[in-house]
Amino acid sequence: MHFIPAANFTYPNEIELNWSILVVLYPFITGLVAGAFILASLERVFNVEAVKPTYRLALLTALSFMIVAPLPLQLHLGHPERSFEMYLTPHTSSAMAMFGFVYLWYLMVVLVLEIWLDFRHDIVLLSRSTTGLKRVIYRLMTLGSQNISPGALRFDDRAGYTITIIGIPSAFLLHGYVGFIFGSVKANPWWSSPLMPVVFIFSAMVSGIAAVMLLYMGTTKLRGEKINQDCADTIAKYLFYAFIVDFSLEMLDLIHRIYEADESFRSLDFMVHNSLWIPHVIIQLLMGTLTPILLLAATQLMKLPPVTRQRMYALAGSLTLIGIFAMRWNVVIGGQLFSKSLLGYTTYTVPLWTREGLLPAIALTLMPFGILFVLVKLLPPWPGSGPSAKLGGLHAETSGGRL
Amino acid sequence: MNRFKDSEHLLRVTGVFLAGIVLFLCLRAWFVPKSFGQYGHYRADSITEIAALPIRHAGHEVCESCHADVLEVKHTGKHANVNCEACHGPLAKHAEDPSIKPVLPDTAVLCARCHEANSAKPKWFPQVVTAEHSQGLPCNTCHQPHKPGLKDTDAKPADSKTADSKTAEAKK
Repeated sequence: MHFIPAANFTYPNEIELNWSILVVLYPFITGLVAGAFILASLERVFNVEAVKPTYRLALLTALSFMIVAPLPLQLHLGHPERSFEMYLTPHTSSAMAMFGFVYLWYLMVVLVLEIWLDFRHDIVLLSRSTTGLKRVIYRLMTLGSQNISPGALRFDDRAGYTITIIGIPSAFLLHGYVGFIFGSVKANPWWSSPLMPVVFIFSAMVSGIAAVMLLYMGTTKLRGEKINQDCADTIAKYLFYAFIVDFSLEMLDLIHRIYEADESFRSLDFMVHNSLWIPHVIIQLLMGTLTPILLLAATQLMKLPPVTRQRMYALAGSLTLIGIFAMRWNVVIGGQLFSKSLLGYTTYTVPLWTREGLLPAIALTLMPFGILFVLVKLLPPWPGSGPSAKLGGLHAETSGGRL
Repeated sequence: MNRFKDSEHLLRVTGVFLAGIVLFLCLRAWFVPKSFGQYGHYRADSITEIAALPIRHAGHEVCESCHADVLEVKHTGKHANVNCEACHGPLAKHAEDPSIKPVLPDTAVLCARCHEANSAKPKWFPQVVTAEHSQGLPCNTCHQPHKPGLKDTDAKPADSKTADSKTAEAKK
Protein backbone atom coordinates (compact mmCIF):
# COMPACT_ATOMS: atom_id res chain seq x y z
CA MET A 1 0.00 0.00 0.00
CA HIS A 2 1.32 3.42 -0.96
CA PHE A 3 0.00 6.82 -0.12
CA ILE A 4 -0.05 10.12 -1.90
CA PRO A 5 2.09 12.14 0.52
CA ALA A 6 0.53 15.51 -0.21
CA ALA A 7 -2.96 14.39 0.65
CA ASN A 8 -3.15 12.07 3.60
CA PHE A 9 -6.34 12.89 5.38
CA THR A 10 -7.42 9.29 5.41
CA TYR A 11 -9.26 7.59 8.23
CA PRO A 12 -7.74 4.47 9.81
CA ASN A 13 -10.32 2.13 8.28
CA GLU A 14 -9.49 3.46 4.82
CA ILE A 15 -5.80 2.61 4.91
CA GLU A 16 -6.31 -0.86 3.48
CA LEU A 17 -8.74 -1.54 0.68
CA ASN A 18 -11.08 -4.19 2.01
CA TRP A 19 -12.66 -5.03 -1.32
CA SER A 20 -10.01 -6.49 -3.58
CA ILE A 21 -9.76 -7.63 -7.20
CA LEU A 22 -11.96 -10.63 -6.30
CA VAL A 23 -14.82 -8.27 -5.51
CA VAL A 24 -14.20 -6.70 -8.93
CA LEU A 25 -14.52 -10.12 -10.49
CA TYR A 26 -17.85 -10.85 -8.83
CA PRO A 27 -19.98 -8.22 -10.63
CA PHE A 28 -18.05 -8.90 -13.83
CA ILE A 29 -18.92 -12.60 -13.81
CA THR A 30 -22.50 -12.01 -12.66
CA GLY A 31 -22.90 -9.52 -15.50
CA LEU A 32 -21.77 -12.11 -18.03
CA VAL A 33 -24.44 -14.50 -16.71
CA ALA A 34 -27.25 -11.96 -17.00
CA GLY A 35 -26.07 -10.72 -20.40
CA ALA A 36 -25.69 -14.22 -21.85
CA PHE A 37 -29.18 -15.15 -20.68
CA ILE A 38 -30.72 -12.00 -22.12
CA LEU A 39 -29.11 -12.82 -25.47
CA ALA A 40 -30.61 -16.32 -25.28
CA SER A 41 -34.02 -14.85 -24.50
CA LEU A 42 -33.84 -12.75 -27.69
CA GLU A 43 -34.28 -15.87 -29.73
CA ARG A 44 -36.71 -17.61 -27.43
CA VAL A 45 -39.10 -14.83 -26.52
CA PHE A 46 -38.56 -12.19 -29.16
CA ASN A 47 -38.15 -14.71 -31.99
CA VAL A 48 -34.90 -13.30 -33.35
CA GLU A 49 -34.21 -16.33 -35.54
CA ALA A 50 -30.79 -15.07 -36.64
CA VAL A 51 -29.23 -15.59 -33.22
CA LYS A 52 -30.57 -19.15 -32.94
CA PRO A 53 -27.11 -20.75 -33.39
CA THR A 54 -26.01 -19.11 -30.13
CA TYR A 55 -29.13 -19.94 -28.09
CA ARG A 56 -27.93 -23.11 -26.42
CA LEU A 57 -24.34 -21.88 -26.16
CA ALA A 58 -25.57 -18.72 -24.41
CA LEU A 59 -27.52 -20.81 -21.89
CA LEU A 60 -24.56 -23.07 -21.12
CA THR A 61 -22.27 -20.01 -20.90
CA ALA A 62 -24.65 -18.40 -18.43
CA LEU A 63 -24.71 -21.58 -16.33
CA SER A 64 -20.89 -21.95 -16.38
CA PHE A 65 -20.36 -18.40 -15.19
CA MET A 66 -23.24 -18.64 -12.72
CA ILE A 67 -21.61 -21.62 -10.97
CA VAL A 68 -18.39 -19.61 -10.54
CA ALA A 69 -20.10 -16.27 -9.66
CA PRO A 70 -20.14 -16.69 -5.86
CA LEU A 71 -16.62 -18.14 -5.64
CA PRO A 72 -14.75 -14.80 -5.74
CA LEU A 73 -16.82 -13.68 -2.76
CA GLN A 74 -16.23 -16.97 -0.94
CA LEU A 75 -12.48 -16.61 -1.46
CA HIS A 76 -12.55 -12.96 -0.47
CA LEU A 77 -14.45 -13.57 2.77
CA GLY A 78 -12.84 -16.86 3.75
CA HIS A 79 -14.85 -19.48 5.64
CA PRO A 80 -16.95 -20.58 2.67
CA GLU A 81 -18.88 -22.96 4.92
CA ARG A 82 -20.48 -19.95 6.59
CA SER A 83 -22.24 -18.89 3.39
CA PHE A 84 -24.70 -21.74 4.00
CA GLU A 85 -25.73 -19.98 7.22
CA MET A 86 -26.95 -17.11 5.08
CA TYR A 87 -29.65 -19.47 3.82
CA LEU A 88 -30.33 -21.01 7.24
CA THR A 89 -30.82 -17.76 9.14
CA PRO A 90 -31.22 -15.01 6.55
CA HIS A 91 -31.34 -11.45 7.80
CA THR A 92 -33.98 -9.57 5.86
CA SER A 93 -32.18 -6.24 6.24
CA SER A 94 -29.03 -7.60 4.53
CA ALA A 95 -28.91 -7.04 0.77
CA MET A 96 -26.29 -9.78 0.41
CA ALA A 97 -28.39 -12.32 2.35
CA MET A 98 -31.36 -11.66 0.11
CA PHE A 99 -29.07 -11.85 -2.92
CA GLY A 100 -28.31 -15.43 -1.93
CA PHE A 101 -31.94 -16.30 -2.64
CA VAL A 102 -31.98 -14.35 -5.89
CA TYR A 103 -28.88 -16.31 -6.92
CA LEU A 104 -30.43 -19.66 -5.99
CA TRP A 105 -33.68 -18.85 -7.78
CA TYR A 106 -31.86 -17.82 -10.93
CA LEU A 107 -29.50 -20.80 -10.87
CA MET A 108 -32.03 -23.54 -10.19
CA VAL A 109 -35.41 -22.33 -11.40
CA VAL A 110 -34.26 -20.36 -14.42
CA LEU A 111 -30.99 -21.72 -15.76
CA VAL A 112 -30.91 -25.37 -14.72
CA LEU A 113 -34.59 -25.94 -15.45
CA GLU A 114 -34.52 -24.19 -18.81
CA ILE A 115 -31.38 -26.02 -19.91
CA TRP A 116 -32.85 -29.33 -18.77
CA LEU A 117 -36.07 -28.78 -20.69
CA ASP A 118 -34.24 -27.56 -23.77
CA PHE A 119 -31.77 -30.45 -23.85
CA ARG A 120 -34.14 -33.15 -22.57
CA HIS A 121 -34.72 -34.58 -26.02
CA ASP A 122 -30.98 -34.97 -26.57
CA ILE A 123 -30.44 -36.26 -23.04
CA VAL A 124 -33.00 -39.04 -23.53
CA LEU A 125 -31.52 -40.04 -26.90
CA LEU A 126 -27.98 -39.96 -25.50
CA SER A 127 -29.06 -42.08 -22.53
CA ARG A 128 -30.05 -44.72 -25.08
CA SER A 129 -27.07 -44.50 -27.41
CA THR A 130 -24.12 -44.08 -25.00
CA THR A 131 -22.47 -46.67 -22.80
CA GLY A 132 -20.63 -46.84 -19.48
CA LEU A 133 -20.34 -43.85 -17.19
CA LYS A 134 -21.78 -41.48 -19.78
CA ARG A 135 -24.92 -43.58 -19.98
CA VAL A 136 -25.28 -43.48 -16.18
CA ILE A 137 -24.91 -39.69 -16.20
CA TYR A 138 -27.46 -39.24 -18.98
CA ARG A 139 -29.90 -41.67 -17.35
CA LEU A 140 -29.65 -39.71 -14.11
CA MET A 141 -30.29 -36.53 -16.05
CA THR A 142 -33.47 -37.95 -17.57
CA LEU A 143 -34.86 -38.36 -14.04
CA GLY A 144 -36.25 -41.68 -15.22
CA SER A 145 -38.49 -40.21 -17.92
CA GLN A 146 -37.93 -41.43 -21.47
CA ASN A 147 -40.95 -39.64 -22.87
CA ILE A 148 -39.95 -37.74 -26.00
CA SER A 149 -43.25 -37.97 -27.78
CA PRO A 150 -44.20 -34.95 -29.91
CA GLY A 151 -46.70 -33.98 -27.21
CA ALA A 152 -44.03 -34.11 -24.49
CA LEU A 153 -41.59 -32.09 -26.61
CA ARG A 154 -44.28 -29.51 -27.30
CA PHE A 155 -44.87 -29.32 -23.57
CA ASP A 156 -41.12 -28.81 -22.98
CA ASP A 157 -41.16 -26.01 -25.50
CA ARG A 158 -44.06 -24.23 -23.83
CA ALA A 159 -42.60 -24.72 -20.34
CA GLY A 160 -39.19 -23.45 -21.55
CA TYR A 161 -40.84 -20.40 -23.06
CA THR A 162 -42.61 -19.65 -19.76
CA ILE A 163 -39.36 -20.04 -17.83
CA THR A 164 -37.60 -17.66 -20.23
CA ILE A 165 -40.37 -15.13 -19.67
CA ILE A 166 -39.77 -15.46 -15.91
CA GLY A 167 -36.02 -15.53 -16.55
CA ILE A 168 -35.80 -12.09 -18.17
CA PRO A 169 -36.94 -10.11 -15.12
CA SER A 170 -34.90 -12.56 -13.01
CA ALA A 171 -31.78 -11.71 -15.03
CA PHE A 172 -32.52 -8.01 -14.56
CA LEU A 173 -33.09 -8.63 -10.87
CA LEU A 174 -29.85 -10.61 -10.56
CA HIS A 175 -27.63 -7.92 -11.95
CA GLY A 176 -29.76 -5.00 -10.85
CA TYR A 177 -29.21 -6.35 -7.34
CA VAL A 178 -25.43 -6.26 -7.80
CA GLY A 179 -25.70 -2.60 -8.83
CA PHE A 180 -28.09 -2.00 -5.95
CA ILE A 181 -25.54 -3.29 -3.45
CA PHE A 182 -23.11 -0.57 -4.57
CA GLY A 183 -25.67 2.12 -5.35
CA SER A 184 -27.23 1.89 -1.90
CA VAL A 185 -24.01 2.68 -0.02
CA LYS A 186 -25.03 6.24 0.76
CA ALA A 187 -21.77 6.99 2.58
CA ASN A 188 -19.81 6.56 -0.65
CA PRO A 189 -20.43 9.33 -3.19
CA TRP A 190 -18.68 7.35 -5.95
CA TRP A 191 -21.25 4.56 -5.63
CA SER A 192 -24.35 6.12 -4.21
CA SER A 193 -26.55 6.66 -7.24
CA PRO A 194 -30.01 5.34 -8.13
CA LEU A 195 -28.68 4.92 -11.67
CA MET A 196 -26.19 2.30 -10.51
CA PRO A 197 -28.52 -0.76 -10.82
CA VAL A 198 -29.63 0.38 -14.30
CA VAL A 199 -26.06 1.02 -15.45
CA PHE A 200 -25.09 -2.42 -14.12
CA ILE A 201 -27.94 -4.12 -15.99
CA PHE A 202 -27.03 -2.55 -19.32
CA SER A 203 -23.31 -3.10 -18.86
CA ALA A 204 -24.17 -6.72 -18.01
CA MET A 205 -26.08 -7.05 -21.27
CA VAL A 206 -23.15 -5.54 -23.15
CA SER A 207 -20.57 -7.86 -21.57
CA GLY A 208 -22.75 -10.98 -21.86
CA ILE A 209 -23.59 -10.38 -25.51
CA ALA A 210 -19.92 -9.66 -26.30
CA ALA A 211 -18.78 -12.81 -24.46
CA VAL A 212 -21.26 -15.09 -26.25
CA MET A 213 -20.41 -13.48 -29.60
CA LEU A 214 -16.71 -14.16 -29.04
CA LEU A 215 -17.40 -17.67 -27.78
CA TYR A 216 -19.61 -18.44 -30.76
CA MET A 217 -17.08 -17.17 -33.29
CA GLY A 218 -14.15 -18.78 -31.46
CA THR A 219 -15.74 -22.20 -31.00
CA THR A 220 -17.06 -22.25 -34.57
CA LYS A 221 -13.54 -21.55 -35.87
CA LEU A 222 -12.08 -24.17 -33.53
CA ARG A 223 -14.54 -26.75 -34.82
CA GLY A 224 -13.47 -25.88 -38.36
CA GLU A 225 -16.92 -24.69 -39.36
CA LYS A 226 -18.15 -21.56 -41.05
CA ILE A 227 -19.41 -18.69 -38.93
CA ASN A 228 -23.04 -17.90 -39.64
CA GLN A 229 -22.60 -14.32 -40.88
CA ASP A 230 -26.22 -13.39 -40.34
CA CYS A 231 -25.96 -14.59 -36.75
CA ALA A 232 -22.71 -12.67 -36.09
CA ASP A 233 -24.13 -9.53 -37.72
CA THR A 234 -27.32 -9.70 -35.63
CA ILE A 235 -25.47 -10.24 -32.35
CA ALA A 236 -23.13 -7.36 -33.21
CA LYS A 237 -26.16 -5.18 -33.97
CA TYR A 238 -27.69 -5.94 -30.57
CA LEU A 239 -24.33 -5.41 -28.91
CA PHE A 240 -24.14 -2.01 -30.58
CA TYR A 241 -27.66 -1.04 -29.43
CA ALA A 242 -27.07 -2.21 -25.87
CA PHE A 243 -23.73 -0.39 -25.81
CA ILE A 244 -25.30 2.87 -26.96
CA VAL A 245 -27.86 2.70 -24.13
CA ASP A 246 -25.18 1.69 -21.62
CA PHE A 247 -22.85 4.50 -22.71
CA SER A 248 -25.70 7.05 -22.64
CA LEU A 249 -26.62 6.02 -19.09
CA GLU A 250 -23.01 6.26 -17.93
CA MET A 251 -22.66 9.67 -19.54
CA LEU A 252 -25.95 10.75 -17.97
CA ASP A 253 -24.57 9.75 -14.59
CA LEU A 254 -21.32 11.63 -15.31
CA ILE A 255 -23.05 14.79 -16.55
CA HIS A 256 -25.37 14.70 -13.57
CA ARG A 257 -22.41 14.48 -11.19
CA ILE A 258 -20.58 17.32 -12.96
CA TYR A 259 -23.66 19.56 -13.03
CA GLU A 260 -24.68 18.78 -9.48
CA ALA A 261 -21.06 19.24 -8.30
CA ASP A 262 -21.83 18.36 -4.70
CA GLU A 263 -19.25 18.44 -1.91
CA SER A 264 -17.62 15.21 -3.10
CA PHE A 265 -17.12 16.36 -6.68
CA ARG A 266 -13.67 17.95 -6.33
CA SER A 267 -12.36 14.88 -4.57
CA LEU A 268 -13.75 12.49 -7.19
CA ASP A 269 -12.60 14.76 -10.00
CA PHE A 270 -9.07 14.76 -8.58
CA MET A 271 -9.18 10.96 -8.38
CA VAL A 272 -10.36 10.59 -11.98
CA HIS A 273 -7.57 12.87 -13.15
CA ASN A 274 -4.90 11.05 -11.15
CA SER A 275 -5.16 7.49 -9.84
CA LEU A 276 -8.12 6.55 -12.05
CA TRP A 277 -6.93 8.33 -15.21
CA ILE A 278 -5.62 5.19 -16.91
CA PRO A 279 -8.24 2.64 -15.76
CA HIS A 280 -11.21 5.01 -16.10
CA VAL A 281 -10.51 7.43 -18.91
CA ILE A 282 -8.04 5.50 -21.05
CA ILE A 283 -9.08 1.85 -20.57
CA GLN A 284 -12.79 2.07 -19.73
CA LEU A 285 -13.94 5.06 -21.75
CA LEU A 286 -11.56 5.37 -24.70
CA MET A 287 -10.38 1.80 -25.22
CA GLY A 288 -13.27 -0.20 -23.80
CA THR A 289 -16.27 1.92 -24.77
CA LEU A 290 -15.69 4.46 -27.54
CA THR A 291 -13.42 2.25 -29.67
CA PRO A 292 -15.80 -0.76 -29.74
CA ILE A 293 -18.79 1.55 -30.31
CA LEU A 294 -16.99 3.12 -33.27
CA LEU A 295 -15.96 -0.29 -34.60
CA LEU A 296 -19.51 -1.60 -34.30
CA ALA A 297 -20.91 1.60 -35.82
CA ALA A 298 -18.56 1.18 -38.76
CA THR A 299 -19.84 -2.36 -39.35
CA GLN A 300 -23.40 -1.04 -39.28
CA LEU A 301 -22.78 1.86 -41.63
CA MET A 302 -20.19 0.50 -44.07
CA LYS A 303 -20.40 -2.40 -46.49
CA LEU A 304 -17.49 -4.56 -45.46
CA PRO A 305 -16.49 -8.08 -46.49
CA PRO A 306 -17.59 -10.81 -44.03
CA VAL A 307 -14.04 -11.63 -42.88
CA THR A 308 -13.33 -7.97 -42.10
CA ARG A 309 -16.61 -7.70 -40.22
CA GLN A 310 -15.82 -10.80 -38.17
CA ARG A 311 -12.40 -9.45 -37.28
CA MET A 312 -13.92 -6.15 -36.28
CA TYR A 313 -16.51 -7.95 -34.15
CA ALA A 314 -13.77 -9.99 -32.49
CA LEU A 315 -11.75 -6.86 -31.74
CA ALA A 316 -14.81 -4.91 -30.58
CA GLY A 317 -15.95 -7.83 -28.41
CA SER A 318 -12.55 -8.23 -26.76
CA LEU A 319 -12.24 -4.49 -26.11
CA THR A 320 -15.79 -4.48 -24.73
CA LEU A 321 -14.95 -7.16 -22.18
CA ILE A 322 -11.80 -5.26 -21.16
CA GLY A 323 -13.86 -2.07 -20.90
CA ILE A 324 -16.60 -3.66 -18.79
CA PHE A 325 -14.01 -5.26 -16.52
CA ALA A 326 -12.40 -1.81 -16.18
CA MET A 327 -15.83 -0.38 -15.34
CA ARG A 328 -16.22 -2.93 -12.51
CA TRP A 329 -12.66 -2.16 -11.38
CA ASN A 330 -13.31 1.58 -11.35
CA VAL A 331 -16.51 1.15 -9.38
CA VAL A 332 -15.17 -1.28 -6.78
CA ILE A 333 -11.56 -0.12 -6.42
CA GLY A 334 -12.24 3.52 -7.34
CA GLY A 335 -14.84 3.75 -4.59
CA GLN A 336 -12.20 2.89 -2.03
CA LEU A 337 -9.33 5.05 -3.28
CA PHE A 338 -10.54 8.29 -1.75
CA SER A 339 -11.15 9.09 1.89
CA LYS A 340 -14.56 9.94 3.29
CA SER A 341 -12.80 13.09 4.50
CA LEU A 342 -12.72 13.94 0.75
CA LEU A 343 -9.16 15.14 1.31
CA GLY A 344 -7.08 11.97 1.24
CA TYR A 345 -6.31 9.21 -1.26
CA THR A 346 -4.77 5.78 -1.24
CA THR A 347 -3.62 3.50 -4.04
CA TYR A 348 -4.15 -0.20 -4.63
CA THR A 349 -1.60 -2.63 -5.95
CA VAL A 350 -2.84 -6.11 -6.84
CA PRO A 351 -0.81 -8.73 -5.00
CA LEU A 352 0.27 -11.71 -7.07
CA TRP A 353 0.25 -14.88 -5.00
CA THR A 354 -1.95 -14.07 -2.02
CA ARG A 355 -5.47 -15.43 -1.49
CA GLU A 356 -6.89 -12.28 -3.03
CA GLY A 357 -4.14 -11.85 -5.56
CA LEU A 358 -3.90 -11.76 -9.32
CA LEU A 359 -3.34 -15.49 -9.82
CA PRO A 360 -6.47 -16.63 -7.92
CA ALA A 361 -8.39 -13.97 -9.89
CA ILE A 362 -7.06 -15.34 -13.19
CA ALA A 363 -7.86 -18.91 -12.08
CA LEU A 364 -11.43 -17.90 -11.21
CA THR A 365 -11.80 -16.15 -14.57
CA LEU A 366 -10.68 -19.25 -16.41
CA MET A 367 -12.77 -21.65 -14.33
CA PRO A 368 -16.08 -20.97 -16.17
CA PHE A 369 -14.39 -21.89 -19.44
CA GLY A 370 -13.38 -25.23 -17.93
CA ILE A 371 -16.96 -25.82 -16.77
CA LEU A 372 -18.25 -24.76 -20.20
CA PHE A 373 -15.87 -27.23 -21.85
CA VAL A 374 -17.33 -30.08 -19.78
CA LEU A 375 -20.90 -28.89 -20.39
CA VAL A 376 -20.53 -28.68 -24.18
CA LYS A 377 -19.00 -32.17 -24.20
CA LEU A 378 -21.98 -33.43 -22.22
CA LEU A 379 -24.67 -31.36 -23.95
CA PRO A 380 -23.49 -30.32 -27.44
CA PRO A 381 -25.01 -26.91 -28.10
CA TRP A 382 -23.88 -26.58 -31.71
CA PRO A 383 -26.60 -26.25 -34.33
CA GLY A 384 -27.41 -29.63 -35.84
CA SER A 385 -24.95 -31.50 -33.60
CA GLY A 386 -27.31 -33.07 -31.08
CA PRO A 387 -28.65 -36.58 -31.63
CA SER A 388 -32.16 -35.16 -32.06
CA ALA A 389 -30.94 -33.13 -35.05
CA LYS A 390 -29.49 -36.22 -36.69
CA LEU A 391 -32.80 -38.05 -36.60
CA GLY A 392 -34.25 -35.74 -39.25
CA GLY A 393 -37.91 -34.93 -39.85
CA LEU A 394 -39.69 -33.78 -36.75
CA HIS A 395 -36.56 -34.10 -34.64
CA ALA A 396 -34.47 -32.02 -37.00
CA GLU A 397 -36.75 -29.12 -36.26
CA THR A 398 -36.11 -29.56 -32.59
CA SER A 399 -32.33 -29.53 -32.89
CA GLY A 400 -32.40 -26.24 -31.11
CA GLY A 401 -34.81 -27.69 -28.61
CA ARG A 402 -37.74 -26.15 -30.42
CA LEU A 403 -40.92 -27.33 -32.08
CA MET B 1 -52.52 -39.98 -14.94
CA ASN B 2 -53.25 -39.83 -18.68
CA ARG B 3 -53.82 -36.09 -18.29
CA PHE B 4 -50.21 -35.72 -17.24
CA LYS B 5 -48.86 -38.11 -19.88
CA ASP B 6 -46.82 -35.44 -21.64
CA SER B 7 -45.93 -33.41 -18.56
CA GLU B 8 -45.08 -36.26 -16.23
CA HIS B 9 -41.34 -35.50 -16.52
CA LEU B 10 -41.99 -32.00 -15.19
CA LEU B 11 -43.68 -33.57 -12.16
CA ARG B 12 -40.48 -35.55 -11.67
CA VAL B 13 -38.30 -32.45 -11.72
CA THR B 14 -40.79 -30.72 -9.40
CA GLY B 15 -40.41 -33.73 -7.12
CA VAL B 16 -36.61 -33.30 -7.14
CA PHE B 17 -36.98 -29.61 -6.28
CA LEU B 18 -39.46 -30.40 -3.50
CA ALA B 19 -37.11 -33.06 -2.15
CA GLY B 20 -34.37 -30.41 -2.12
CA ILE B 21 -36.61 -28.00 -0.22
CA VAL B 22 -37.57 -30.69 2.31
CA LEU B 23 -33.90 -31.61 2.75
CA PHE B 24 -33.07 -27.94 3.28
CA LEU B 25 -35.83 -27.58 5.89
CA CYS B 26 -34.58 -30.69 7.70
CA LEU B 27 -31.01 -29.34 7.66
CA ARG B 28 -32.31 -26.00 8.89
CA ALA B 29 -34.15 -27.63 11.79
CA TRP B 30 -30.99 -29.59 12.59
CA PHE B 31 -28.43 -26.78 12.31
CA VAL B 32 -30.21 -23.68 13.62
CA PRO B 33 -29.84 -23.59 17.40
CA LYS B 34 -33.08 -23.65 19.37
CA SER B 35 -32.37 -20.35 21.09
CA PHE B 36 -31.72 -18.50 17.82
CA GLY B 37 -33.96 -15.45 17.48
CA GLN B 38 -35.10 -15.47 21.11
CA TYR B 39 -33.85 -11.92 21.68
CA GLY B 40 -32.62 -10.91 18.24
CA HIS B 41 -30.81 -12.21 15.20
CA TYR B 42 -28.38 -14.31 17.23
CA ARG B 43 -28.21 -17.34 19.49
CA ALA B 44 -29.60 -16.37 22.91
CA ASP B 45 -27.62 -19.11 24.67
CA SER B 46 -24.40 -17.40 23.59
CA ILE B 47 -25.01 -14.72 26.25
CA THR B 48 -24.86 -17.19 29.13
CA GLU B 49 -22.00 -19.09 27.48
CA ILE B 50 -19.93 -15.94 27.11
CA ALA B 51 -20.79 -14.84 30.65
CA ALA B 52 -19.54 -18.20 31.92
CA LEU B 53 -16.11 -17.80 30.29
CA PRO B 54 -13.24 -17.37 32.78
CA ILE B 55 -12.09 -13.80 33.32
CA ARG B 56 -8.69 -13.38 31.67
CA HIS B 57 -7.82 -9.80 32.55
CA ALA B 58 -6.82 -8.82 36.09
CA GLY B 59 -7.22 -5.06 35.66
CA HIS B 60 -4.53 -2.44 36.18
CA GLU B 61 -5.42 -1.85 39.84
CA VAL B 62 -4.43 -5.45 40.64
CA CYS B 63 -1.13 -5.07 38.74
CA GLU B 64 -0.37 -1.81 40.52
CA SER B 65 -0.94 -3.31 43.96
CA CYS B 66 2.24 -5.39 43.53
CA HIS B 67 4.22 -3.42 40.91
CA ALA B 68 4.14 -0.02 42.61
CA ASP B 69 7.70 0.72 41.38
CA VAL B 70 6.58 0.39 37.75
CA LEU B 71 3.50 2.49 38.44
CA GLU B 72 5.71 5.27 39.80
CA VAL B 73 7.78 5.34 36.60
CA LYS B 74 4.77 4.96 34.35
CA HIS B 75 2.80 7.81 35.89
CA THR B 76 5.49 10.32 35.01
CA GLY B 77 5.58 9.30 31.33
CA LYS B 78 3.43 9.44 28.23
CA HIS B 79 2.14 5.92 28.79
CA ALA B 80 0.49 6.86 32.10
CA ASN B 81 -2.97 6.13 30.73
CA VAL B 82 -2.03 2.93 28.90
CA ASN B 83 -3.28 -0.05 30.89
CA CYS B 84 -0.72 -2.72 31.82
CA GLU B 85 -2.54 -5.52 30.01
CA ALA B 86 -2.80 -3.49 26.82
CA CYS B 87 0.88 -4.36 26.27
CA HIS B 88 1.46 -7.35 28.55
CA GLY B 89 -1.70 -9.22 27.58
CA PRO B 90 -4.32 -10.78 29.89
CA LEU B 91 -2.73 -11.62 33.23
CA ALA B 92 -5.50 -12.84 35.53
CA LYS B 93 -3.67 -16.16 36.02
CA HIS B 94 -0.46 -14.36 37.00
CA ALA B 95 -2.42 -12.15 39.43
CA GLU B 96 -3.92 -15.23 41.06
CA ASP B 97 -0.65 -17.12 41.19
CA PRO B 98 2.44 -14.90 40.89
CA SER B 99 4.61 -17.96 40.33
CA ILE B 100 3.11 -18.12 36.82
CA LYS B 101 5.49 -15.78 35.04
CA PRO B 102 4.14 -13.94 32.03
CA VAL B 103 6.20 -13.85 28.85
CA LEU B 104 7.56 -10.38 28.20
CA PRO B 105 6.36 -8.93 24.93
CA ASP B 106 8.71 -8.50 21.98
CA THR B 107 8.93 -4.72 21.78
CA ALA B 108 10.04 -4.80 18.14
CA VAL B 109 6.55 -6.08 17.31
CA LEU B 110 4.50 -4.61 20.15
CA CYS B 111 5.47 -0.93 19.89
CA ALA B 112 4.96 -0.90 16.12
CA ARG B 113 1.29 -1.72 16.65
CA CYS B 114 0.75 1.86 17.80
CA HIS B 115 3.83 3.71 16.63
CA GLU B 116 4.31 2.45 13.06
CA ALA B 117 4.02 5.47 10.74
CA ASN B 118 0.65 5.62 9.05
CA SER B 119 -0.93 8.48 7.18
CA ALA B 120 -4.25 7.92 8.96
CA LYS B 121 -2.69 8.78 12.35
CA PRO B 122 -2.75 12.33 13.66
CA LYS B 123 0.47 14.24 13.00
CA TRP B 124 1.12 14.87 16.71
CA PHE B 125 1.17 11.15 17.50
CA PRO B 126 4.73 9.78 17.77
CA GLN B 127 5.29 7.43 14.85
CA VAL B 128 8.24 6.06 12.95
CA VAL B 129 8.95 3.80 10.01
CA THR B 130 10.34 0.97 12.13
CA ALA B 131 12.26 -0.65 9.28
CA GLU B 132 14.30 2.53 8.93
CA HIS B 133 14.19 3.69 12.53
CA SER B 134 15.25 0.61 14.47
CA GLN B 135 16.35 -1.80 11.75
CA GLY B 136 14.81 -4.76 13.57
CA LEU B 137 16.22 -3.95 17.01
CA PRO B 138 13.76 -4.27 19.90
CA CYS B 139 12.51 -0.80 20.85
CA ASN B 140 13.49 -1.26 24.48
CA THR B 141 17.13 -1.34 23.40
CA CYS B 142 16.95 2.45 23.48
CA HIS B 143 13.51 3.33 24.91
CA GLN B 144 11.93 2.63 28.26
CA PRO B 145 8.52 1.19 27.52
CA HIS B 146 7.03 2.32 30.85
CA LYS B 147 8.25 5.86 30.38
CA PRO B 148 8.99 6.34 26.67
CA GLY B 149 12.08 8.30 26.03
CA LEU B 150 15.66 7.38 25.37
CA LYS B 151 17.55 5.25 27.82
CA ASP B 152 21.00 6.38 28.79
CA THR B 153 22.70 4.09 26.30
CA ASP B 154 25.12 4.18 23.39
CA ALA B 155 23.05 1.81 21.30
CA LYS B 156 21.25 4.42 19.30
CA PRO B 157 20.20 3.85 15.72
CA ALA B 158 21.69 6.23 13.20
CA ASP B 159 18.43 7.90 12.20
CA SER B 160 16.73 8.03 15.57
CA LYS B 161 17.54 11.71 15.94
CA THR B 162 15.89 12.42 12.64
CA ALA B 163 12.81 10.45 13.62
CA ASP B 164 12.56 12.16 16.99
CA SER B 165 13.03 15.57 15.48
CA LYS B 166 10.31 14.71 12.94
CA THR B 167 8.00 13.90 15.83
CA ALA B 168 8.93 17.14 17.54
CA GLU B 169 8.25 19.03 14.31
CA ALA B 170 4.89 17.34 13.97
CA LYS B 171 4.01 18.41 17.52
CA LYS B 172 4.52 22.03 16.54
